[in-house]
This record gives sequence, C-alpha cells and structure tokens, in this order.
Amino acid sequence: MFTEFFFELKSRGVPVSLHEWIALHKALSLDLNRASLDRFYGIARSILVKDESLYDKYDMAFSSYFEGIETPEEMIEEILKGLERVRDLALTPEEMAKLQALDLEEVRANFERQWREGRYKNHKGGNRAIGTGGTSTQGAFGYHPTGIRVGQGGSRHRRAIQIAEERRFRNYASDVILDTRSMRVALSRLRTLLPEGLEDELFIEGTIDKTAKNGGEIDLVWKKSLTNAAKVVLLMDAGGSMDSYIGLVERLFSAARAQIKDLKYYYFHNCIYQDIYTDMRRNTSFETRDFLRKYGSDYKCIIVGDADMAPSEVINVNGAIHYFYYNRTPGIEWLKIIRDHFKKSIWLNPRPKGFWHTADTIPLIAEVFRMYELTLEDITDAIKFLMK
Amino acid sequence: MQGIFFMKTYAGTDTYIVSPELMDSVNVSIALKRPLLVKGEPGTGKTLLAHSISEALKKKMIVWNIKSTTKARDGLYIYDTVLRLNDARFKEGDVSDIKKYIKLGKLGQSFVDDEQVVLLIDEIDKADLEFPNDLLNEMDVMTFNIPETDETIAAKHRPIVIITSNSEKELPDAFLRRCIFHYIAFPDEELMERIIRVHFPKIEDDLMSAVFAKFYWIRSLNQLRKKPSTSELVDWVQALIAGGIDPKHLEDKIPFLGTLIKKHEDTAVIEKHRDLDHTYNKYRSRPRMEA
Repeated sequence: MFTEFFFELKSRGVPVSLHEWIALHKALSLDLNRASLDRFYGIARSILVKDESLYDKYDMAFSSYFEGIETPEEMIEEILKGLERVRDLALTPEEMAKLQALDLEEVRANFERQWREGRYKNHKGGNRAIGTGGTSTQGAFGYHPTGIRVGQGGSRHRRAIQIAEERRFRNYASDVILDTRSMRVALSRLRTLLPEGLEDELFIEGTIDKTAKNGGEIDLVWKKSLTNAAKVVLLMDAGGSMDSYIGLVERLFSAARAQIKDLKYYYFHNCIYQDIYTDMRRNTSFETRDFLRKYGSDYKCIIVGDADMAPSEVINVNGAIHYFYYNRTPGIEWLKIIRDHFKKSIWLNPRPKGFWHTADTIPLIAEVFRMYELTLEDITDAIKFLMK
Repeated sequence: MQGIFFMKTYAGTDTYIVSPELMDSVNVSIALKRPLLVKGEPGTGKTLLAHSISEALKKKMIVWNIKSTTKARDGLYIYDTVLRLNDARFKEGDVSDIKKYIKLGKLGQSFVDDEQVVLLIDEIDKADLEFPNDLLNEMDVMTFNIPETDETIAAKHRPIVIITSNSEKELPDAFLRRCIFHYIAFPDEELMERIIRVHFPKIEDDLMSAVFAKFYWIRSLNQLRKKPSTSELVDWVQALIAGGIDPKHLEDKIPFLGTLIKKHEDTAVIEKHRDLDHTYNKYRSRPRMEA
C-alpha cells in the first residue's frame, strides 16, 4: 500500500526506515485511522517523522502524493473497503443490536445505487440518503452509530490535504528559523563530556583495593563524574557590512554562552591581521600571536563574518581597511595561520549561500576555512564537523 | 461517532485540552505498544499530558525524572553496594542475601506492578547521549536481567510509556525509530481560548480578547530570548484577574509583565517595540491633507 508515498518521503529527505513503514501498516491494519485520510495524515506523521523540522517536508510529500486521491471516485474504493471493516468494530451490546439489524450487503448496494444517482452531492441532513449530517447510515458527520463516512477526510473544517498544503510547520523547517532556542539546540552538540568537577561518584575498584590494603577497614574512594567541557573560541566580525546581521549574531552569541562553559570571544573588522580586539569600540586589542599561544589547538575555533570586503584587504600588504593600520602580512596568510593552529575551525557566514559568489573575497576565504551559512541546518553540519 | 470508535482510548480530560492529532498519537502509541516521545516548546504541557492520560484511563502513574547524572541502569535497579559493605563491616543483617540490597528503579517498578501503569520518563534529553540507547533492549522486550541475583524481571503488563524531551540534545536514531513522535505545536487562538476557559471558566470576553491581542503580539517578536508559552499565559491571566485589571488598561501597558517574561533583556525588547508601534500608529493616524 502506498509504496510510492514511502519513496516520495525519502526523496524529499525524510529519513523513513522500513521498521517504521511496517509499523504504519500495522496501525492501518488495526484501522487506527478509521479509514479517514485526515487521521491518516496525523497518524502516519507520528509514526514516520521523528523531528519537527521535517514536518514541512512531510507536508510537501503528503500533498504531492495524495493530491490525486482527493477525487471522489478514488475515495469510493477506499470507502467500500471501509465497509468491510465495520464487522471488526468494538461496539456496545446496544449498538451491536443496531448493527445486526442492518444487512451489510444491503447497505452496500444501497450506497452504490445512491452514489450512481448522484445523491451524494450537496445533500445535507435527512435520514435516508448519503450526505452530510443527519442519521442516515452513510455520509459524513452523521449520528448513526454504524454510519459510514463518505467522501470526507474526517474533519468538519479541513481535509488532510488542505492541512498539508497549508504547510503550517514551514517555520520549524531547519533551514528557516533561527531563534535563540533553536540555535541553542544546534550548539548543544558542542558539549562533550569529560571527567571534571567534584568527586562525587563511588569508584568501586578503588574502594575494594584500598579496603583490602587497609586490612578490611572500609575506605571509600570517589572519582570525578562526567561533565560538559567543551572549549570554544568565537571570533566575530564587527565591521560595517555586518550591521544588518547584528541581531542574528547576537542571538548566536547568547545561545553559545548558555551552552558552552568555556567560551572566549574576540572581535575583528573584516579580516584578521596581527591584532585581535577584545573591545572594538574602545579599540583594546592584543596580538594575534599571543592569542594563539593562549588558546591551545584543542579549542574549537568558530569565526563569524560575512567575508565580504575589498580583495585588497585579504591579499595585499597594508591592505587593512583602516588607513593608519599597517599589516606586513596579508590577511589571507593570517587566516591560514589561525586555521593551521586549531585542530578544528570553521567560518559561519550570515549571508545567504546563494549570494556567496557575488563577492570576490568569499570564495577566497572559503578556500581557507570550511564555510557554513548561518542557518540551523548548516550550523548543525558545522558542529558535527567540529565534533568529529 | 467517535464514541464507538474510541472506546477505552484516550480523549483528553476536563482539565487538559488536547488537539485531535495529539489524541491520535497517544492512541496509536498505546495500540502499537510503542513509547510516545513528546517534544515541544517549554510550557506547552508535555509533562501534563502523561498526568492526563493516567487520569483519563484511570491508571497509576510512575514518574522517572531524568537528571544529567541519571544512568539507564538506575531505572532498572540499584544495587546498594555501600550499604552492603557497611553491613558487612558492622555485622548487621545477612549480607549473603544480595536481594536485600537490590532496589528496583522506576522502570523496574512499572514492570512488576500488578496493573498496567503509565510510565513518564521526563526530560530524557537531560541525560547522557548514550542513555536512550542503553534502554533500547529493555523497552523492546520489556524484560531485564539482574546479574547479581540472576533474576529476570519481565513486565507483567506492558506499561504505557510517555517520554518528554526539550530537545537539548539530539536523540539517537535507533531510539527514535522505536518511538511514536509528536511535536506539540504552539496552540492556535481557538485551542488556546479553550485552554484558558478550562482554567478560568468565568473569564470575561473583553479581558480574553485584550489578553490574546497582547500575548500573540509579544510572541510575534522574534528578538525575544524566550517566548512566553501557555503556562506563562495562564499565570498572567491569573495575575490579571486577581489584580482586577480593567481590560482597557491592557492597550497601552502590560501589567505583571514579570509573569510572562523571565529575562531582563526581553523586557527591554518589549519596551522598545512598544515605543516603535506607538510611533507607527501615531504616524498612521496623523492628520492628512485633503485631496
């Protein structure tokens, strides 16, 4: 059943496993969706999709696959199948009696006849014909205990496909939003667990050893338990062209601070030369050489900047944007020194990827550092790379 | 029609309003005998869901709160070695009986209970990355072995397992495959109104609409460090009712902002935007020249 839906999901990047696919069919065989496409939408999603950032992709796959089924002719097939399931329903004795009063074949024949007569269309209320409301045995939203739903996805207000087409979860898709919380989630991967802090875990082997040496006098030995110990140094471009991204970078920064215990941050303007700034406005700085001496190669280095500047600022001697600032080594060489110093370093660019080729210097710098866009999806990839 | 279809299945409770999709997810998880993993913004009622299920299905609930130091084995059983060592040293009790020193953890307790229980594993993402993986087998076959006594504990009745996560950590794929997943989306105004009416049945309509206008306006500000959620809204409405605030006052000021906003920086953001909106509205309503 719907094997193509499976491949549709896969091709849109929803990682569905066979395991889950079988579970879905089990759910269908138990008729948990009550032969309703509306319910099927929710149930299939709860079984197949395990990440809210994939909900949007699921919605797209769903609407593209099930669009055809919206036509009543195909629904009929589904409904006739549904009729056979009525026998398996859990009913109270009272309802059971009512059901037995019905001849299923008769209902079916009646249903098909009425359908052919076209009585389904726009019929509301009443107690005989197919339609919406009313106490007839067929139709949607009725009140007959053994009624069969016809031609409706289930909800009074919306059909599943319409729900899917609304794409309500677009905002959860990982390449779109970037609020503080989602950024924090992405950065949380930076945590690594290392033994640190108070000795609060009983070290059994040590205790036995020491107790034996003490001649049976019990001596408890404790060890340090695992705690989060990621070390990150963040270098941020505070230059003019970054102004429009300040809000975004601020959010990244506040997320990083909440997530990483040992976070150091410094600033630069457009490109890094022999000085690194602790405060851009007050112009307090110290030498990049000292900076590299201070932070060992085990720090993860994250540079945030748009990497868009005049090519001379990257490749020329004395190319720095400030007129009275002289640099004997071109910026690109400094960048290479920083890259080579740290075991793992990346460049996050707040500018959308599609525009990277429009600036001369972005491809230049992307050759030095692995460059990632400042979106949730890319940050996640970047952090994965840092932690590898 | 729902009555006959969903007999003895979960359909929310009087005090906990549940969306139809979440209701389906719960019932699927019960029918397929798989744990239900619930994610969502803080304050959208993830933990309350489990309480509501246990209330609606009249089943006992066992809560296993996960902390950063929790190990998977803690949920199965705890072997109190220190007590045994101590007893051996001071010759108290029968130390040869290991069973005395083994206590079942929360998962273990849910296995041996005489009735089916609802087991809430709260905030699973707090624990170590390997934690969910360590539970895979126990969750699948619902048995575990205690090597110290060579005892096998098998579930008498498969518990209904609800797991909540704040997505602070990524959960392993193998674990996710075995779960039913539901993301509690932030309630839309219609659902939110029902939720608020459950908590405050006597709330006046004009207060409700004034509150909603302000609340969804605050949530629309993307610069916020933490957006207020349902639980904060409930607190705020409570404060407004207790303070006897006239809905008209809500238009130009936000009383008891502290119940909605918990971060100092966010208060500044709201101040700023309120001023901006004010200026904008003034601009919109400026006297215009006749054409």
